[in-house]
Amino acid sequence: MAAEREPPPLGDGKPTDFEDLEDGEDLFTSTVSTLESSPSSPEPASLPAEDISANSNGPKPTEVVLDDDREDLFAEATEEVSLDSPEREPILSSEPSPAVTPVTPTTLIAPRIESKSMSAPVIFDRSREEIEEEANGDIFDIEIGVSDPEKVGDGMNAYMAYRVTTKTSLSMFSKSEFSVKRRFSDFLGLHSKLASKYLHVGYIVPPAPEKSIVGMTKVKVGKEDSSSTEFVEKRRAALERYLQRTVKHPTLLQDPDLRQFLESSELPRAVNTQALSGAGILRMVNKAADAVNKMTIKMNESDAWFEEKQQQFENLDQQLRELHVSVEALVCHRKELSANTAAFAKSAAMLGNSEDHTALSRALSQLAEVEEKIDQLHQEQAFADFYMFSELLSDYIRLIAAVKGVFDHRMKCWQKWEDAQITLLKKREAEAKMMVANKPDKIQQAKNEIREWEAKVQQGERDFEQISKTIRKEVGRFEKERVKDFKTVIIKYLESLVQTQQQLIKYWEAFLPEAKAIA
Amino acid sequence: METYAEVGKEGKPSCASVDLQGDSSLQVEISDAVSERDKVKFTVQTKSCLPHFAQTEFSVVRQHEEFIWLHDAYVENEEYAGLIIPPAPPRPDFEASREKLQKLGEGDSSVTREEFAKMKQELEAEYLAIFKKTVAMHEVFLQRLAAHPTLRRDHNFFVFLEYGQDLSVRGKNRKELLGGFLRNIVKSADEALITGMSGLKEVDDFFEHERTFLLEYHTRIRDACLRADRVMRAHKCLADDYIPISAALSSLGTQEVNQLRTSFLKLAELFERLRKLEGRVASDEDLKLSDMLRYYMRDSQAAKDLLYRRLRALADYENANKALDKARTRNREVRPAESHQQLCCQRFERLSDSAKQELMDFKSRRVSSFRKNLIELAELELKHAKASTLILRNTLVALKGEP
Repeated sequence: MAAEREPPPLGDGKPTDFEDLEDGEDLFTSTVSTLESSPSSPEPASLPAEDISANSNGPKPTEVVLDDDREDLFAEATEEVSLDSPEREPILSSEPSPAVTPVTPTTLIAPRIESKSMSAPVIFDRSREEIEEEANGDIFDIEIGVSDPEKVGDGMNAYMAYRVTTKTSLSMFSKSEFSVKRRFSDFLGLHSKLASKYLHVGYIVPPAPEKSIVGMTKVKVGKEDSSSTEFVEKRRAALERYLQRTVKHPTLLQDPDLRQFLESSELPRAVNTQALSGAGILRMVNKAADAVNKMTIKMNESDAWFEEKQQQFENLDQQLRELHVSVEALVCHRKELSANTAAFAKSAAMLGNSEDHTALSRALSQLAEVEEKIDQLHQEQAFADFYMFSELLSDYIRLIAAVKGVFDHRMKCWQKWEDAQITLLKKREAEAKMMVANKPDKIQQAKNEIREWEAKVQQGERDFEQISKTIRKEVGRFEKERVKDFKTVIIKYLESLVQTQQQLIKYWEAFLPEAKAIA
Repeated sequence: METYAEVGKEGKPSCASVDLQGDSSLQVEISDAVSERDKVKFTVQTKSCLPHFAQTEFSVVRQHEEFIWLHDAYVENEEYAGLIIPPAPPRPDFEASREKLQKLGEGDSSVTREEFAKMKQELEAEYLAIFKKTVAMHEVFLQRLAAHPTLRRDHNFFVFLEYGQDLSVRGKNRKELLGGFLRNIVKSADEALITGMSGLKEVDDFFEHERTFLLEYHTRIRDACLRADRVMRAHKCLADDYIPISAALSSLGTQEVNQLRTSFLKLAELFERLRKLEGRVASDEDLKLSDMLRYYMRDSQAAKDLLYRRLRALADYENANKALDKARTRNREVRPAESHQQLCCQRFERLSDSAKQELMDFKSRRVSSFRKNLIELAELELKHAKASTLILRNTLVALKGEP
């Protein structure tokens, strides 16, 4: 890894951005100046989405520029976004590229971080390297388990607490195995924080499991029946899958909020996640406003890739929904079959009892036993149908909603850029008018405003290019994950079906001699 | 339409409920059947060397109502009071199936053409299965009559088999149906009355046992039959669910551009084949389990009817005894009372003897039929489970083998 490479001499014909590397403090601001000079025309069309994550070997001058302006977006996450830049990638990529010095960045970034006195510690960066390398090799050494649901409290204030266990060898965590207790609203709070930081810059943040007032009320009220245990189990499994997906995301894994969620024993209560709270209602209103806005934005899509992908996701969404409906019907009918089989088993047993021919009576009792076992089998298969197949589909339906959201954010970003351009135009016209009218102080003001808006236009363009680039990368990663996910689950599901059939064979093979023994 | 081989030979798909050992002097089968609108026309073919018949081989066309007429004729005949009359075949009922086909035709536009074709195929197969079953039920009825040494000699039976014209038996009108219904009520009331009658003792342990046994057995087998039907229907539902799943997977597969394409398409194929297998499991359960239970439910009812007739005869005998005693005390009309009592006694004993034989035959018939069907059921379940395992394994290998 980093230590094994021999650091080649610096300044070895390597492009400008490394010239100023000595200047720890100004690392990024200096690169800004060098890069600003080149015209910004994104060439996204030339980059196939799948390649972006690993292999950009040189900084592309046209791409992301790190600006101090970015700090206004969000304080903490500035680190993450800036580290994501292509300049960083060649530094961290596992590919041997002679001009790249793996060793240097660590020492350089460290002072940078310290100067900012961010909470993200130094180990943060080394593990970033690890993770980038591992991402390329597809191994994430972190495992999350959600278990032991426990009811805490009584009555309507009761809630379920889940144990979240993390097992990892990543050095960014202080221990290799630890666990904490979390409640459902904590998970929602985590998602809310991550979404607010990353969604609008183009990261596909996995959605949290859905709330269910009915389900939770039953649990609170203390109904100990099978439907509430099923509900709790469904939620537990969903929470586990949610966390697993979230930690698989290399950027999100770096987030301190996520780390706090996994590690710290006490977590401030996330009250804004309640459905009927002020924040909840605000969320609903915003969602509605968003929907309206989306309809009115007419974007000039210069990049066919985005249009294509959006269409693809639209189709995928529709088809997954259709499949999901059918699979839900399957689960329902299999449960029915199980119940009917159990009822038949009982009546077969009764029949066997009445039968006065001894051997036939025995055979009928055996038949009843076989049918009872088969009923168990159907129940287990129904679980597999649901937890593997059905839940996979519903997870992806919601994930695709997040993907669509990210595309929408890009549109909004474009709109902002577009609006800035329009305003700049207006300011220029205003200036021209002032020139004609010859009002010197107004002219100065106009010139100031023009400068301001020129900067905004440039920022808008950079933001748009950044989000476009991030989305391409994200979509590539998402698709890879999706393929892996589906394949794994499909194989598991088929294996469950095989298992059921094999059990059936066992049971009927045991019964056959009994039937033949009827004399 | 399949032509069945001789009576008594095993291996017939739907006659399997009844094991018939007849001799070959009278062979009856339904060689053809046609479904027209709301009636089914059965072609009853007879092969016989009995002197009674004009030809050795002949056939006639009969409808369901004529079978019922024949059955009722047997039931009402005093001569056969001591025998178990084979249960009448159920009325051909294509209502449900026809309704479903009609609904499908009216159409749900959300269904793709392929899905529609598959559903239509399923429903047509169902219709065909019901048709085959009704033919089998009618055939078994005739074959049991032909196999029974006493019943086969009935005059009405010969007419049924031979008379070329329509028997002009119309279906029961409402009055007759009501009449039949009332008769049943009267019968059960009568039975309750008889058993409550003081002085009426069952002297024969055999019959005492049989009565208790049959009462309980009939209730339980009816229960089992109903529940087996539900299992079968749930299985069919499950098989039908695979149709839209397969279709959705297929369209997912064609849309995908990555490695999931082949996975989805293979999965779609898998579910299509699983559907067929599940469908077969359902229909085998229907034939081997449900149908068998249903047949013996009816047969046990026929046995119960026999016991009732015998009980009635016993009650009559008891009454005749009492009347005789009375006559003797009064010393009036002793002769007629005596002869009446003797008649009742003879009738009762005749019935008892033949009933005993019939009930023992019923038991052996039942045992061998259950044995045969349970063995076949287990073998078929195994066959289908093994086939399912095979296609599942093949798909798994194909999926795992992909990059």
